[in-house]
Amino acid sequence: MTPLKDVQKEQRCFHCGDVVVKANYEVDGHDFCCLGCKSVYQVLNQHKLTHYYKYNTHPGISIRKDKSQYFYLEDEGIANSLLDYKDDHIAAVTLYVPTIHCSSCIWLLENLHKLQQGVTNTRADFLRKEVRITFCHDIIKLKQLVELLTEIGYAPIITLKDTLSKSEKKDSNRLVRKIAVAGFCFGNSMMISFPEYFGLGTFERNYAQLFGVVNLLFTLPIMLYSGQDYFVSSIKSIRQGHLNLDIPLTLGIIVLFLRSVWEILSGSGAGFSDTLCGLLFFLLIGRWVQQKTYHHLSFERDYRSYFPVAVTKIDAGEEKTVALSALQVGDRILIRNNEIIPADAILLKGAARIDFSFVTGESSPVDKILGEIIYAGGKQTEQVIELEVVKPVSQSYLTSLWNDQKNKKEQVFFQSFSNKISRYFTPILLLIAFISLFFWFYIGEPGRAWSAFTAVLIIGCPCALALSSPFTLSAVLSVFDRNGLFMKDTLAIEKMAGIDTLVFDKTGTISTLHQKELPFKGSLPAMEASMVFSVCRNSNHPLSRKIVQSLQDTCEILPISSYAEIPGKGIRAIIKNKEVLIGSYSFVVGTDVQFYKGPGTYVRIDEHVRGVFSMEQKWRDGLESLIKALSSSYELHLLSGDVDRDSSVLSSLFPQRDYLNFNQLPADKLHYISSLQQNGKKVAMIGDGLNDAGALKCADLGLAVSDDVNNFSPACDAIMSGASFSKFCRFLGFSKKAMHIIYCSFAISLLYNIVGMYFATQGNLSPLLAAILMPLSTITIISFTSLTTRLYARKYTL
Amino acid sequence: MSAIFFLIACSVFIALFFLGAFFWANKNGQHDDTYTPAIRILFEDDVISDGQENEKGVDESELNK
Repeated sequence: MTPLKDVQKEQRCFHCGDVVVKANYEVDGHDFCCLGCKSVYQVLNQHKLTHYYKYNTHPGISIRKDKSQYFYLEDEGIANSLLDYKDDHIAAVTLYVPTIHCSSCIWLLENLHKLQQGVTNTRADFLRKEVRITFCHDIIKLKQLVELLTEIGYAPIITLKDTLSKSEKKDSNRLVRKIAVAGFCFGNSMMISFPEYFGLGTFERNYAQLFGVVNLLFTLPIMLYSGQDYFVSSIKSIRQGHLNLDIPLTLGIIVLFLRSVWEILSGSGAGFSDTLCGLLFFLLIGRWVQQKTYHHLSFERDYRSYFPVAVTKIDAGEEKTVALSALQVGDRILIRNNEIIPADAILLKGAARIDFSFVTGESSPVDKILGEIIYAGGKQTEQVIELEVVKPVSQSYLTSLWNDQKNKKEQVFFQSFSNKISRYFTPILLLIAFISLFFWFYIGEPGRAWSAFTAVLIIGCPCALALSSPFTLSAVLSVFDRNGLFMKDTLAIEKMAGIDTLVFDKTGTISTLHQKELPFKGSLPAMEASMVFSVCRNSNHPLSRKIVQSLQDTCEILPISSYAEIPGKGIRAIIKNKEVLIGSYSFVVGTDVQFYKGPGTYVRIDEHVRGVFSMEQKWRDGLESLIKALSSSYELHLLSGDVDRDSSVLSSLFPQRDYLNFNQLPADKLHYISSLQQNGKKVAMIGDGLNDAGALKCADLGLAVSDDVNNFSPACDAIMSGASFSKFCRFLGFSKKAMHIIYCSFAISLLYNIVGMYFATQGNLSPLLAAILMPLSTITIISFTSLTTRLYARKYTL
Repeated sequence: MSAIFFLIACSVFIALFFLGAFFWANKNGQHDDTYTPAIRILFEDDVISDGQENEKGVDESELNK
């Protein structure tokens, strides 16, 4: 009985687990926090789907999304562009649902057919956070389906990008198939090679030729199918004029094959078929490890991911839904509450109060008057407004910032460690090979000369070297992953290790808007607090709800004699013959009284301004110690889109005052980064990805800090969850150590190469030696890297 | 000793069979999602046909545990 009691004592919502403020919603003995949660429960209960609550406690998601946002799905063309498949009756769609978080979610989504007639089959993919729904489109339309999902708390995110790039699904299974073939050939050719290694008796010697030919047959699929990528990559790299590590690998592969063919067909030896198969098998596994990605995170988002799929256009007095791509200059569009303005436009009608945090970083919304240009990317926070488009979507202020950057980035070519090494590796390898060739010719043993030449190229094949980077970096990747830092690829870790300058964004990065307590600046006696509480109880505004939550423990409900909510301004109410004003600065304080001005909700009782519920940002936990730790080894900069009201606090935090910059527009941030780069700095930009998206892309390492990793991910190299912010210094240190591990494993693999070279230059490389040396060095490297990575991770307590 | 031809052919044939099976599984999408099926298998079979009472009984007893 105890857990049930606990639940009731804490008054948690049975559906979503939020604290229940005032239990007005009760069904079947369960409390709910709001009407939304209650109705979801009722719907599920009605369809006998209460198993949902059995697999997890509080599995539900409180509904905060407005389902009217999907109005554009009524348009047949837009709806069809989202579908994977459609015939006369059946249609299939894959939707991205970031709220999938537990087994109950999977269960409910896969039982959707019980909830809704017309749904034939649902498959959830937990890691990708996707659902694939097959439905009869003559019974249920896509719009209804999406609305149903939204109603039960699984609002899919549909963006402009989804409608554009449907066919880009790349075939990641190709590599796996190549590994399978390589593994098949490796296993079989090893089995056939064993008799040779154990020594053939006189009788078995008759079969040596047969074994050789069968072995050779196994190398054919390796050369023709599995090894393709290496040949292609080498040719590309030679054409581009910079030597990569694939060239010595390809050289080794080709020489191994040719020498095996020669030895077997001429009957002079057993060949190196199994070494060749093993080599490619291990190399491909290394490639596969390197390819590790996060399915559920997208690192390649651009403005198209933020913009709506369609807008409402007013055409001759009629409202019409048009796809964003069909929007033209001169069109009149309708923007509702919480919608994003998709193109630069002039305000024609309505009260615009635009939240530009996406564009400029300024946290408080801006009022706009009729006739003013509103830039794309702003979000309307008030009633419906009408706008006239003045620039096409693709040429707006915001999108041009993205496109600008795209061109710039392509010029920068990052040289990874293995690329740098391979520039020297290939010439040195060829040098040794030719020296031994000419030496044995000079001595007068031409047979030995060719044998030594090929053996050097075989032994020099940097298999272990090629594996050391991917294995180390992917181990580091999974350590970071556990700690809430998601890197785009392994290259990003190498970039991270080379960073010497850190540039921080302020809003949303080193400060956070999410806070539980709501500090009141000013004085508010208990009696008046109760008055404020009683007034705010009646309002559904999110700020009112926040105030109610922060006051509910200490306050009691008082009767209200008059109440009026003025949209966009605040609340005016009368309690006990006292006038209570709660709301914005201009509404509450007015112009005649001087009072501290900042973001927040102001309170006035009769003539006295009592103070403000401060909505000021809170610094992230551990910021001070983090900055202190970082300042010893990095140059620290700060870029803020906000006004410099926090400059005194920040200048005491940051070591160099000159590097603090306020009032920065997105373009300024971008130029700031590139000017640092021109001075030879390796710059990491740490931002929230909203208004500094261009800067994130431009920096050597763009790192986005996000409180909800799944919901939001801009184009960047890495995404860090806000909770892991204090670990950032350790992340940087660990990435440096990872590079040390790579250097060490490089030294080890070189050691193997040198030992092998001793035999190779003398021309007496036996197939057995090659067959032992190659896997041995590979296994040493893999175990060395994974062990030391784990050791260092423990040292850094990651 | 010609048995060795037969044996090699056999072993290669069996290995090829498994390689083909792997290809089939891969093409069939069995490696696309390696996580969700592990959760899916833990779901209980439906008991809806037994009526609502049973359904509710299960629900309550689970919560009271």
